[in-house]
Amino acid sequence: MDITVEGLTKYYGVQKAVDNISFTVKTGEILGFLGPNGAGKTTTMKILTCYIAASAGVVTVGSHNVADDQEIIKKSIGYLPENNPLYTEMPVMEYLAYVGELQGVSSAMMRERIGEMIRTCGLNEEKHKKIEELSKGYRQRVGLAQAMIHDPEILILDEPTSGLDPNQIVQIRELIKSLGKKKTVILSTHILPEVEATCDRILIINKGSIVADGTAETLRKQAQGQELLTIKIEGGTGDEVITAIQAIDTVEMVDPISKDNLTLTVQSKAEASSVKAIFDLCVSKKWYLLQLTPLETRLEDIFRDLTLN
Amino acid sequence: MRIIWIIAKRELKSFFDSLTAYIMLIIFLGLSGFFTWLYGSDVFLVGQASLQSFFGVAYWTLFFFTPAITMRTIAEEKRTGTIELILTKPITDWQLIVGKYLACLMLIGIALLSTLPFYFTVANIGPVDHGAVVCGYIGLLLMSSAYISIGIFSSCVTNNQIVSFLMSLLIGMFFLIIFQALSSNFTGIIGSVLNYLSIADHYQSMSRGVIDSRDIIYFVSITMFALMMAESYLIRRNLSEK
Repeated sequence: MDITVEGLTKYYGVQKAVDNISFTVKTGEILGFLGPNGAGKTTTMKILTCYIAASAGVVTVGSHNVADDQEIIKKSIGYLPENNPLYTEMPVMEYLAYVGELQGVSSAMMRERIGEMIRTCGLNEEKHKKIEELSKGYRQRVGLAQAMIHDPEILILDEPTSGLDPNQIVQIRELIKSLGKKKTVILSTHILPEVEATCDRILIINKGSIVADGTAETLRKQAQGQELLTIKIEGGTGDEVITAIQAIDTVEMVDPISKDNLTLTVQSKAEASSVKAIFDLCVSKKWYLLQLTPLETRLEDIFRDLTLN
Repeated sequence: MRIIWIIAKRELKSFFDSLTAYIMLIIFLGLSGFFTWLYGSDVFLVGQASLQSFFGVAYWTLFFFTPAITMRTIAEEKRTGTIELILTKPITDWQLIVGKYLACLMLIGIALLSTLPFYFTVANIGPVDHGAVVCGYIGLLLMSSAYISIGIFSSCVTNNQIVSFLMSLLIGMFFLIIFQALSSNFTGIIGSVLNYLSIADHYQSMSRGVIDSRDIIYFVSITMFALMMAESYLIRRNLSEK
């Protein structure tokens, strides 16, 4: 099921939490929601899941409008809210059965679904405990299990891996990735490597508006534009090397890092690569190329650029 | 209706899981038993085989206990955030409220059922007006239903259980005492409206064995009105003024 958001705006009193945002998520796509605290991620998710109404704008899930067909939409969405609220006085199995019943899982399917959720979320040893007795990581898994109990077509997860240990994080990411092949997934997170590892597309929101939309690679290209290389050369003198590299057509700028001028940062001209030329140069001059590393702009830097100021 | 029943079942179970139900049942039975059999104008002092004294006591005990049951219903969900969880499942605000209301009503029903031994005992002592007893129980149930819905409304207004408890006592106080006290100071239409609004008048006639459709309509309409107010308080989250 596709989700289409058009001109979505939400006011809390006089404060504008979400300001006229539009985007589309297609089936089989995992969309990562990034943004600083208070950017409007959670508000957007609350509107998508029919918890609160938008002040303006149209949200369509599949062929249904969020304002009109709440029941059908709620049935096709699995939602893990922020802070993972749970009925802590209930045992895990009972809780999953309750949510399943509310979601309309038939009693014939119930056992199977609960069993499957307990397997995929690794809850087997804790399944008879009360939720309040579980550690944070296990609670998070219960939260995920309840979101997926009715095998929804859309998953909306607000910080799905918070509180999990590194092994579990890898497991959950893999789970989300495999689910994302058939379903529509939207997840929000603060952990930037996570977005890169799991999401097909990234949406960065700041102060209620979308500031970037694209894959991790396109975002990098946008932010960076030009190729940056760190190289280290042995066999020539510093000045000789710098002049020779500067003479290459595609090189725009050379910047020495070390004092002997043999470790350098090379910036190429827009949309050009100097990697091969540098290699050929070293071969012809009989220099040794000890290091040639492309410098990637880290997602953290892009994020900071877009959301500060 | 299926959804309402699922919610009510879970709520009722959580009353029993969290001891609330047992404490409430013990205190309710203890107090009503004490005043019905041992103290004040008890059955023996009255010297009649009737449950009048029990209905008189339950009138007060339910006034205090109903808010204690209802105070956590919605307030707790708001405090812990589970309200968001539950309302993003395919259920409506109204179904959630009615489910909670039904669970509380069933708990009160269980409490009232457990006072049936009073009735059997009195019936053994002397001739009992069975009709009056049945009417009395129906009256208690209807009155509780009004208190429960007021309690659920108060629970929707705040996310603090104590505030919710005190608020439902305050609203209940109006129906229990204040409207009646005011009505004696007014004449004409205002006086009779206030008198009609007071619970005492409607409850007493029922506990004496008179079922009047006006009394039933009175309790049912308080219930419906308070539940609708509760729903509108939940729906308020959707409003966003510029």
